[in-house]
Amino acid sequence: MIRFDKVNKWYGPDVQVLNDITAEVNKGEVVVLCGPSGSGKTTLIRTINRLEPINSGTITVNGQETHAKSVDVNRLRRDIGFVFQQFNLFPHMSVMDNITLAPRKLRGMSRAEAEEKARTLLVRVGLEDKAGAYPSQLSGGQSQRVAIARSLAMDPPIILFDEPTSALDPEMVGEVLAVIKGLAHTGITMMCVTHEMGFAREAADRVWFLDKGVLLEDAKPDAFFSSPRHPRAQRFLADLRH
Amino acid sequence: MLEIIQNNWMLLLIGQYPNGPLGGIVATLLLAIAGLALAFPVAVLLAVARISPFRWVSLPAAAIVHVVRGTPFLMVLFWSYFALPVLIGRPLSGFWTLVGALVLYESAYLAEVIRAGIQALPKGQEEAARSLGFGYFRTLALVILPQALYNSLPALIGQFVSLIKETSLGYVISVNEFTYAAAQLNSQLLVQPVEVFTILAITYFIICFTLTQSARWLEQRIARSRQGRPGRREAQPQTDILATEPMP
Repeated sequence: MIRFDKVNKWYGPDVQVLNDITAEVNKGEVVVLCGPSGSGKTTLIRTINRLEPINSGTITVNGQETHAKSVDVNRLRRDIGFVFQQFNLFPHMSVMDNITLAPRKLRGMSRAEAEEKARTLLVRVGLEDKAGAYPSQLSGGQSQRVAIARSLAMDPPIILFDEPTSALDPEMVGEVLAVIKGLAHTGITMMCVTHEMGFAREAADRVWFLDKGVLLEDAKPDAFFSSPRHPRAQRFLADLRH
Repeated sequence: MLEIIQNNWMLLLIGQYPNGPLGGIVATLLLAIAGLALAFPVAVLLAVARISPFRWVSLPAAAIVHVVRGTPFLMVLFWSYFALPVLIGRPLSGFWTLVGALVLYESAYLAEVIRAGIQALPKGQEEAARSLGFGYFRTLALVILPQALYNSLPALIGQFVSLIKETSLGYVISVNEFTYAAAQLNSQLLVQPVEVFTILAITYFIICFTLTQSARWLEQRIARSRQGRPGRREAQPQTDILATEPMP
């Protein structure tokens, strides 16, 4: 579904943020990316929908080379949901309009149809009573759940999460993770950058460990957590336990 | 002074209308409103061009903004007076000459206000819209501009105040507006110039002060409505917006 082939990216001539990344995510799989800060995990998932350019290599999504010049990037992005650390809801629109904007304007859905779909999604994220609220009236956890509903409204076969719980107060992490876990293994392909190792253990099919732009481990969660092969990953897990 | 107002308030309010052209305060406000209404869309286009990733779009827009901002309004007015009729190939009334000059001049300033409003938005707003699959212009139209324009409303009102004050320079090309009406009145009365021009000054002040106060009120309201919005960077401080008015 998503294939990285020798992907390299530099910031300037010296700083290499992605180093020869070669890996594959299968359809319906849940991959958790972890690693110390500055390891390139956020950059990596941002290259998938071309929020970040790459310097060499190829990324293929559903057989389509995403960084090819001929690709219509707007069409590509419709099918790749993206959930941000900072939610990035549109503050001038109600929750309902945040969710229905893209389906109406990009998929040509009627308002009634889009709103019905949005209501179903709001039930799914547990916010059916917030349709008329504005983002300023929501807590962080609620905002992130709306942001997830907004992404799902486009029915993307792939959804990418960039540290979805890092900007939340601790007591709100659970409600967001519960929603994300609910999406796992429903056929949607998921990649999630997170520091929530409990989530990785429970929901992930595979864990990728990055350090300094290098993909050091690509393992099943059990194997990764019980016996990480690379010393850097061992140290990372040991630090987390403190 | 009150006596002057009592005897001449019609002249000050609407000029010699209906026996002559419309003038006075009403004409001043009409000029300012027409100037703003026409300058606003031009300013939005200039602002969008200024932040364009294409240099062949952003450079000419930047050139226009810098040239206009580096020129006194009186020069722009004279230039419009002589050049606009040549450019459009027919004579132009004083009213529309002044409107033309105001649009040319103010759109450059408004463009900078709007550009600041756009650039003050968190980058994530654009990224969120683009990630959903919206193109550059739809992102601008649906997500960026509605927020940027709303946030820059107080500054836009501040700009409207300078526009009102700039209309007084229409006097030098004999546009029938408020200053012109006061000058007419002065030449009728002959012996009370201080009183007449004090009335003029006070009236301008009342109109402009009311507007700057409403801008301040609006600013506080917007600041309050922003509070508690998660994921938003603090907006740029706007306390000094009135200090950035251009001098005519």
